[in-house]
Amino acid sequence: MFGNLTNLEGRLFDEFKRVEQELDQMFGRWTWPTGIRALAGGSFPPINVASTPEQVDVYLFAAGLDPQGLDISIQQNLLTVAGTRKVEREEDAEYYRQERFDGDFRRVITLPDDVDPERVEAAYKNGVLHIGVQRHVATKPRQIKVK
Amino acid sequence: MTENKDAVTPKLGEVQPQRERDPALRPPVDISETSEGITLRADMPGVSREGLNIRVDKDTLSIEGDLAVDMPEAGEVIHADLRYAQYRRSFALSGELQTDSIEARLKDGVLTVRIPKRVEVRPRKIEVRVD
Repeated sequence: MFGNLTNLEGRLFDEFKRVEQELDQMFGRWTWPTGIRALAGGSFPPINVASTPEQVDVYLFAAGLDPQGLDISIQQNLLTVAGTRKVEREEDAEYYRQERFDGDFRRVITLPDDVDPERVEAAYKNGVLHIGVQRHVATKPRQIKVK
Repeated sequence: MTENKDAVTPKLGEVQPQRERDPALRPPVDISETSEGITLRADMPGVSREGLNIRVDKDTLSIEGDLAVDMPEAGEVIHADLRYAQYRRSFALSGELQTDSIEARLKDGVLTVRIPKRVEVRPRKIEVRVD
């Protein structure tokens, strides 16, 4: 589920994994084309994207970040968010589980074509980075008269 | 397959969620131990202090949180890595942990829970007498 899950998981999850692999073999996971920039599930940080006629809202669920260290850029309709998450570790402690993401991350999100790269806002609250991108003013439907 | 008990940590074993409840997100955790106690850190982005619920019931520590983001009302979700609006995970505590003095802190979506050990079970230095 998470890329950096190094500890042992319960046998139940091994069993799920095995069933999943068998299903992949049977039906072929790669038959359907996926987005060229699509990442495997479980990438950090998880992203949700919502859209309204006025704007596109991107939410990156990245707890415990320093927002000053984030690198957010947009090129046409391609939004890139890169940064580093440093997880605090205690020196003298013994660790049983280390599932939380630690290190550099980078995610590229393809937005709808009609976004305006000049009008982007970003805010970080409760561990969620919210990026709002305005869309170009939608042209109203026009009546076309046949001469 | 009937034995689902987590064998990773004998002191803070994970409890499998009850089947009848709504599906929820399983927050990733780091669990560490020192001679003083156990520290659990969980990533729960989108959870505010008001939406967080930490309970100890007998020997089970449950952490729950509501994922709340300011989504536009008329918004249509076009991509969702996170599909549930709640985080939930629970752990079985062992007897030497002092469950009545658990401390919890939430900052930028990171929950830190400290569970101290009872004073009488903390390791003591044993002097070796040389005659």
